[in-house]
Amino acid sequence: MRDAFIAELVAQAESDDKVVLLVGDLGWSVIEPFAERFPDRFFNAGVAEQNMLGLAAGLASEGCRVFAYSIANFPTFRCAEQLRNDVDHHVLPVTIVAVGGGLAYGNLGYSHHAVQDYGLVRMLPNMLIAAPGDPQEVRACMRYLADSPGPAYLRLGKAGEPSLHAAPPRVSPGEWLTLREGDGSGRSFLCTGTTLAATLRRVEADPLLAGHAVHSLPLWGARHKARQLDQLAAWQAIVSVEDHYADCGFGSWLLEAKNAAGIDTQVTIEALTPPPAHPLSPSLPEGAPTCP
Amino acid sequence: MRPDPGSPQLTRTLALQIRRHALRMVTQARASHIGSALSIADIVAVLYGAVLKLDPANPRAARRDRFILSKGHACVAVYAALAETGFFPRAWLDSYGAPDSPLLNHISHSVPGAEFSTGSLGHGLPFGAGKALALRRVRAPSRVFVLMSDGELDEGSNWEAFMFAAHHKLDRLHAIIDYNKLQSLTSITRTLGLEPLADKLRAFGWAVREVDGHNHEALQAALGEAQPGQPSALIAHTTKGKGVSFMEDQVAWHYRSPDAAQLTQALAELEAHHA
Repeated sequence: MRDAFIAELVAQAESDDKVVLLVGDLGWSVIEPFAERFPDRFFNAGVAEQNMLGLAAGLASEGCRVFAYSIANFPTFRCAEQLRNDVDHHVLPVTIVAVGGGLAYGNLGYSHHAVQDYGLVRMLPNMLIAAPGDPQEVRACMRYLADSPGPAYLRLGKAGEPSLHAAPPRVSPGEWLTLREGDGSGRSFLCTGTTLAATLRRVEADPLLAGHAVHSLPLWGARHKARQLDQLAAWQAIVSVEDHYADCGFGSWLLEAKNAAGIDTQVTIEALTPPPAHPLSPSLPEGAPTCP
Repeated sequence: MRPDPGSPQLTRTLALQIRRHALRMVTQARASHIGSALSIADIVAVLYGAVLKLDPANPRAARRDRFILSKGHACVAVYAALAETGFFPRAWLDSYGAPDSPLLNHISHSVPGAEFSTGSLGHGLPFGAGKALALRRVRAPSRVFVLMSDGELDEGSNWEAFMFAAHHKLDRLHAIIDYNKLQSLTSITRTLGLEPLADKLRAFGWAVREVDGHNHEALQAALGEAQPGQPSALIAHTTKGKGVSFMEDQVAWHYRSPDAAQLTQALAELEAHHA
């Protein structure tokens, strides 16, 4: 996915000299093709995400199309207010490029797990979430963003995700892509982001799920709920699939869209569950004074 | 004889108008932050009267200088300057505080001539650095001025931007620090001391000058001064509430709005001082 992203970005930068790439001191072995080709449009902001997002907004306000690349929590939670005020409120063409969506960073631990990022981004009214399911959807999302510049959050896995489409599909905000038709039983898995490959494998391997369709929804966000109504209404039952906590996630967004329209499609959410709490107990020597 | 455009005589008159408007606006709106607005009135008057290259008929002109008010709560001073210099009718100022007014109580980019909405501190300088970076790429003659508060320097984002701007030699970026020595609850020294501020900024790679932030001749000489290859910081020593005796150097006027009698007294003091 990262390679598809950078290849597409380099291709866009060839024809559009307004494309600028900022990185938060991350992207080793990913961003070099851009940095070497366009050194005057590549800036490493250092380990300083608040400034990186402010810079991104400033550049974009002067006509640049800015991509700000980092590991998912850093260009979002670390600088949430810059994303909210500087980028989203001013409706500027800045795409946050977040690598390591969901649990992609595994044993690197909680700091690197992006399991609340949809929740943050989807509260921002002008942000478009781009959560592609495979490298072809990455290319498709990048082409959509080139044609429709605005605040966006591109959530990538890491590397090595398989291609599930033969070519970049046509994508549009709120529109489901069909990966598997199903048998007409009216049941479908609706995936966003990198859950797509595992869901397809699961449906193909489990005879009990043989009749299910599989869809991908790579482009969504606060302004695209209404587009769900017709698509949801065509199904008896949907299972939404995401690598994010259920709270404020993709399935939650889908339920909000459904409830607003009073559709009776059954929506079941498959999402991550927070682990049991593991409090840090203060270690005080025996007999030490305690805080009043 | 008419004074020259941009002369200190004219910018002092503009500063008087800014202070009058600001006092009337916060009084009618029962709004806060008059002390902060009076603190920057002279800086804003010199910027709009003598320094910034702007075209009120074309607020988005490509070659304009960019001015960003990072201390967005002092917006009445800038709204007044924009009205006085022709960006929108003076009558708009009367809407300040009304539910449907475009003039929000923190500066809003929906107002003609306002580049950027702020209100939360520490956002202006990174944004201004991004603008300076973009303008340099296209070899624009424009300069970027960011007016910041002293209390605002508590925010780490500013120091990230100070590092970035010096590293990238953004010599068309100008930070102006309204150093009135008071922040929201008490003095700077009793909150988080900034001294030695000039040395800190020099150590970060900036060209630093200090000026009396109420002296129009000194402000005119210092604003826009630049060193090749370095961003510029102007530390403007100011008095919060400047020009109204009972507001000067008082934290309370970060919050309070004048009543009718206080407004009358404040306006009378301004007239007396200007005459």
